[in-house]
Amino acid sequence: MSQLTCKDVSLGYEGMTVTRDINFTVNKGDYLCIVGENGSGKSTLIKALLKLKSPISGEIIYDEGLSASEIGYLPQQTIVQRDFPASVTEIVMSGFSGSNGLRPFYTKAQKERAKKNMERLDITELANRCYRELSGGQQQRVLLARALCATESLLLLDEPVAGLDPKVTAEMYDLINQINEKYGITIIMVSHDLNAALSHATHILHLSDHPLFFGTKDDYLESKVGKAFVDMMGGIS
Amino acid sequence: MDIFETLSYYLHFKFVVYALVVGTLIALCSSLLGVTLVLKRFSFIGDGLSHVAFGAIAIASVLKLTNDMLLVMPITIIAAVLLLRSGQNTKIKGDATLAMISVGALALGYLVMNIFSTSSNITGDVCTTLFGSTSILTLKQSDVILSIVMSVLVISVFIFFYNKIFAITFDENFANATGTNANVYNLLIAIVTSVIIVLAMNLVGSLLTSALIIFPALSAMRVFKSFKSVIICSAIISVICALTGIIISILASTPVGSTIVAIDIVAFLIFYFIGIITMKNQ
Repeated sequence: MSQLTCKDVSLGYEGMTVTRDINFTVNKGDYLCIVGENGSGKSTLIKALLKLKSPISGEIIYDEGLSASEIGYLPQQTIVQRDFPASVTEIVMSGFSGSNGLRPFYTKAQKERAKKNMERLDITELANRCYRELSGGQQQRVLLARALCATESLLLLDEPVAGLDPKVTAEMYDLINQINEKYGITIIMVSHDLNAALSHATHILHLSDHPLFFGTKDDYLESKVGKAFVDMMGGIS
Repeated sequence: MDIFETLSYYLHFKFVVYALVVGTLIALCSSLLGVTLVLKRFSFIGDGLSHVAFGAIAIASVLKLTNDMLLVMPITIIAAVLLLRSGQNTKIKGDATLAMISVGALALGYLVMNIFSTSSNITGDVCTTLFGSTSILTLKQSDVILSIVMSVLVISVFIFFYNKIFAITFDENFANATGTNANVYNLLIAIVTSVIIVLAMNLVGSLLTSALIIFPALSAMRVFKSFKSVIICSAIISVICALTGIIISILASTPVGSTIVAIDIVAFLIFYFIGIITMKNQ
């Protein structure tokens, strides 16, 4: 069942087209990895999928019943203000704020779900800690838990491992993989890291000024573009 | 007479009770949004808006309005909305627009007062508006009622939208992406901020209102580590400082506004050192 379809989408800013003619479909349970060089519009595409930015032309069609308040999002890691006081629980709970509409407070069911998501990501014992005092990997887990509170079906991740050390990076990818396989949540991820992309993803979208490839991972590895890109990035380990 | 006798003597006067009630409410309201404004890097907006409010008061006094709030409130709210819009427009940078509007309003306000005012003591009038030396002690019953109504409104808006305010303060992009319209809530914050500023001008005068907004928040942030605890703590600090300030100013006949701000500064220093000590102990 398709969750999301891009039809002839062109993206850019201030009148300049960055990438054009993007066509792809994401089905429930897919793990799509978007790769491409810097400036090829990967993050712009994520913003368009989140409706933070409208495409220059073409359309992005969501499956019925998948509204903005049901999409989870892990933003590109931003430097959190050093003085921002917020506990882990407060941040995880804020994942519900979009789906709450005008209801002012969180429900008991939501609190239970937040607790469960924190267990899934193994951050239960951090619940009352201050976010700014956590390590980079722990902070990403917290934001991932928040994203899981916002969705039960589709998760968008923008460079989820940027700035993390190799061990934490591997753990992070395992977690994302688990979320995809165990809980059946569709993943759309932007990544620089080709190895990880190719080891976990089911589908690949290779962006440049137009899409060079869209299809399953296995086809990608057989394709000319895929082979060239893998070589350029130093092969698969 | 010792201090308590003097105090209970003063409490027989209606104007002292009014001042204490209104002072507490204003301190409470201004501290609530302070945390958000500081974290969203909006501290200067409070300052800019208070200058706009000064300009509006100048116009109101020239027009001899019986209730200048009716003019000052809408003008300040409009300025807040415009400032927020300009922040998203990249042609003139947000901080430059802010500087322009706030200095412009200050200059025009003083000019208008000088040209059209019939009062014999313009300098005194201006000083009162800027530093609020006596206005808190000359409140009429209608002012008190207006302050109470507005404060209740501000506090209920804050409680009702507390979770949303947290979400957009912490991560505006995430909030937008997951279905919270951050612009709407930014607008709401701007409007509530202008209401608070206009109210707070009664207490400390227009130049000092932003002190009332940012000091308690900054103090609380030195020590506490969750959003909720910071807000509760800053509300308590703010109310205690305001009450102490008003009482001291009555007993020692010092200007109310600057006394309150001075105590806010002392509180900040205390919390700053507590923060350093607790950090070291970890």
